[in-house]
Amino acid sequence: MIRIGCGQGFWGDSSEAPVRLVEDGPLDYLVLDYLAEVTMSILQKQKRENPAFGYARDFPALVERVAGKGVKVIANAGGVNPVACAREIRRRCPGVRVAVVLGDDILDRVHEFELSNIDTGAPLSTIRDQVLSANAYIGAFTVVEALKTGAEVVVTGRCADASLVLAPMVFEFGWGEAEWDLLAAGIVAGHIVECGAQCTGGNCLADWETIPDLARVGYPIVEAHPDGRCVITKHQGSGGRVSLATVKEQLVYEVGDPRAYYTPDVIADFTSVSLTPDGENRVLVSGARGLPRPSMLKASIAYHWGWKAAGTLVYGAPKASEKCKRGAAIVDERCALLDLKFERAVTEVFGDEDWAMLRMAVRARDRAPVERWTREMIPLVLNGPPGATGYGDGRPKLHEVVAYWPALLPREAVATRVEVMG
Amino acid sequence: MKIQLGEIAHARSGDKGDLVNIGVIAYRAEDFELLLREVTSERVKAHFADRIEGTVERYELPNIGALNFVCRQALMGGGTLSLLSDAQGKSFGGRILSMEIER
Repeated sequence: MIRIGCGQGFWGDSSEAPVRLVEDGPLDYLVLDYLAEVTMSILQKQKRENPAFGYARDFPALVERVAGKGVKVIANAGGVNPVACAREIRRRCPGVRVAVVLGDDILDRVHEFELSNIDTGAPLSTIRDQVLSANAYIGAFTVVEALKTGAEVVVTGRCADASLVLAPMVFEFGWGEAEWDLLAAGIVAGHIVECGAQCTGGNCLADWETIPDLARVGYPIVEAHPDGRCVITKHQGSGGRVSLATVKEQLVYEVGDPRAYYTPDVIADFTSVSLTPDGENRVLVSGARGLPRPSMLKASIAYHWGWKAAGTLVYGAPKASEKCKRGAAIVDERCALLDLKFERAVTEVFGDEDWAMLRMAVRARDRAPVERWTREMIPLVLNGPPGATGYGDGRPKLHEVVAYWPALLPREAVATRVEVMG
Repeated sequence: MKIQLGEIAHARSGDKGDLVNIGVIAYRAEDFELLLREVTSERVKAHFADRIEGTVERYELPNIGALNFVCRQALMGGGTLSLLSDAQGKSFGGRILSMEIER
């Protein structure tokens, strides 16, 4: 049996959680998931400004805190520059052997493939000059090759989240590339823990008021067995809860057809899974079935779409929400007088008659109308309905919209490899 | 007898681009039949009529007594494009529980 903890559900998750996993109880592998759909494009922009950037820059500092404690670390913190990430780890921790998984970055040759958008069917040529990053989602088996080098830390780019958790099981138990049920078992466990505390009591709706000690919430641990049985648990003494309810909520999280959960390694059938209580804060996951892995890999492409901005104001009684609506109508009319055109705009009012918050947002392909709009909301404080407040952050900020463009490409088009440092 | 869905089920929602999925889970296995009968795609679409612009598909997970609703065009473009406060669809899970069903 091996213990795999997940200490990061996204870039920005608790920086203490991975350390608690390593220090507060037994653990063999620490897995960290840093990459959301749009993270790659943010990293690509950072790399463009400085060729030494483009990865999760808080990760090397974290490695410094957890290295040398007998726990192997697997993280997709490499973003679009995993080699630079590994170099920084080596600079901080010269004794740590680091393996880098390469080959997911297809930006240089993305236009060689006749890609089309999964959702809209549109060809890639429609965003030809706007592409900022392009990465294929890769699976567990190259991470396994990296573990075979004896590395203490494995850094990847766009490795699929659940595959990061599957990899140590394949490595330790010698599972084959076509043992679909075993691979599905690992993917199901990976899916349950990949969002960190979301399976140990965080963001849990069932009996949420009774979930204990979320301030010290324990991040999840998979106790994986060679036959594919996995127990989801957390360190003894940590806060939160692992129960059928917390695990069920995470099993259905961000899932499409539950009979066919696509990953680079296997198509897992979530309807085949049995969940069984296995003592306090322990749930046994068993019975997973898998279908052969897909012939295509998903590609995550990010492109420059345009510009957006959002702003808020708060109104007090009397008739607070009525003031919000009136204020919004005034802003809209002023924008019409200025002939500002937006691709889309939205007004939201939250609250009641005592207190209400007005939130307005606009987006456009062109920068100019959005930039002009950021100057039209805050004047309401002096020249609109009475009693506007909550404008402490000043004018709404202008944001570039980098949008996500999913596509499929043939598996053979992506060649992965491992590079070892140290 | 009319009850609120939240009396027999809990839920969690999330996003994939412009798509929101809502997993609705019966607290007790015997109430799964009630979910199947009462919580249809049409009712979910109507419950979020102000938000879901596309189709709603329903999938069944009898092994955990759950339904999964895949709602398209639900986030005004989704991801970074969305202009909504709830750009990631996190609120749908809680909000579906106020749906009235016949027990």
